[in-house]
Amino acid sequence: MIDIKHLSKYFNNQKVLDDITLHVNTGEIFAIVGHSGAGKSTLLRCINGLEGFSEGSVNVLGQEVKHLNESGLGALRSQIGMIFQNFSLLNQKNVYDNIALPMKVWGYSKEKIQARVDELLKLVGLEAKKFVYPKELSGGQKQRVAIARALTLNPKILLSDEATSALDPNTTKSILELLQEINTQLGVTIIIVTHEMDVVKKVASRALLLEDGKVIGLGRIEELFLRPDEKMMRFLGEDEELPEEGVNIRLFFPSNVSYQPIVTQMARALNLNFNIVWGKLEKLNDHVVGSLVINIDEQNATSITAYLQEKTEVIWEII
Amino acid sequence: MEQSILNFYEKSISMKQVLIDAVIETLTMSLVSTLLATLIGFALAIVLIVTDKNGISPHRYTYKILDVAINMLRSFPFIILIIVLFPVTKFLVGKHTGTFAMIVPLTIGTAPFIARMIEGAFKEVDRSVIEAAKSFGTSKVQIIFRVLLPEAFPSIISAITLSLIIIIGFSAMAGTVGGGGLGAVAMNYGYYRFDGTYIFWRFLF
Repeated sequence: MIDIKHLSKYFNNQKVLDDITLHVNTGEIFAIVGHSGAGKSTLLRCINGLEGFSEGSVNVLGQEVKHLNESGLGALRSQIGMIFQNFSLLNQKNVYDNIALPMKVWGYSKEKIQARVDELLKLVGLEAKKFVYPKELSGGQKQRVAIARALTLNPKILLSDEATSALDPNTTKSILELLQEINTQLGVTIIIVTHEMDVVKKVASRALLLEDGKVIGLGRIEELFLRPDEKMMRFLGEDEELPEEGVNIRLFFPSNVSYQPIVTQMARALNLNFNIVWGKLEKLNDHVVGSLVINIDEQNATSITAYLQEKTEVIWEII
Repeated sequence: MEQSILNFYEKSISMKQVLIDAVIETLTMSLVSTLLATLIGFALAIVLIVTDKNGISPHRYTYKILDVAINMLRSFPFIILIIVLFPVTKFLVGKHTGTFAMIVPLTIGTAPFIARMIEGAFKEVDRSVIEAAKSFGTSKVQIIFRVLLPEAFPSIISAITLSLIIIIGFSAMAGTVGGGGLGAVAMNYGYYRFDGTYIFWRFLF
């Protein structure tokens, strides 16, 4: 669906995107995550040609973006919807006209526009606000209008540029649920750019982590969040405080074992006492996964590792 | 005392026709000039906004030349501009005095001003709205007429209203150097004859 190879972009001799390679599959929700200034919005804009790039290739829906002329780019963009942090609605137009705008631009008949707008208003739950102006809407409602507008032309891809960053947690949740619904029911591939880890954890199946224009992580989010490497930990701003004595063993609980009483079973079976010194549980895509660090004196460490290896499905490592 | 009030009254009646004519002249001058200056200013504003370095289709030299020309014309004192433009006016209208002749300098003098104000109105439009329009494949021409124009419309209207007021002021100035209208009345009757009644009525109008 989207194939980006060795993409680099310079801005005033500064490298803002550095050798990025990624592939987005049809029908998935893919997240591009990074702190501000990491280049994530720039990367997103390379996909629909709102930004040019210096090196590499971006192939979207079978077309090489940099080889497209203006009308080709326009045609490609009609298959890619986009939503923004500040909603980007026309303030002088009401909800109906805002949603109808893409179809007007592409010269659809009035009947078709009317039918489609009504359908979309129903999807985003704003039937009652059809002739209301944006300034009378709340942030969440504005974003719903923007989502409806992005979907008017039946796009195959939806790009979301920090779409929930200006919204409160509850509204964010409802917008994310709407995006999930669009993904599963309409089969639209969604690419989300965000700096909010909670957004990624809730909806994305895979993620790309960007730092200073470089990829520092790419993969399924269970792997990224549950077994973060050093870069990833720094990225997430996590500092573990671990005791210096004894042996620290980190246990990872994949979703299928996170509901089993492994730790207490192990303590009882081995008749050993150990300290739980660090731990967290995460909800990723409606699965609960967790990690735990236990501390034990050196002579008993081997019996713990042997038990973990033989009796459980827990993944572990000594740190 | 009684005599002077009566005198004032009588004179006011005889003056009526002069003033009505003058008002009509002023309005014609102002409205036609505003209309023409708006059309020219609007076209200039669109060229400015399109060729601006952050515009839809940046073109440095076009923008620069237009920018300098507009700034020069705008900072020109209007009364001098009228005189400088006498040959142009004569070429276009056939004479350089009278109501219709003054439409030329009024239009040329205020079009750059209107262009700047409409450009400002366009620039106030949120850039992300333009980006959003691009994101669903809107062409450059459609961006101007379907996005920029509707979004800037209220500001453009207030810019035109403000211009009309300024043009009425300028038209009075034009009256002093051969134009018609209320400016000429005030000048001829009020200033040269030093007849306060005319100025009084002129002021009321």
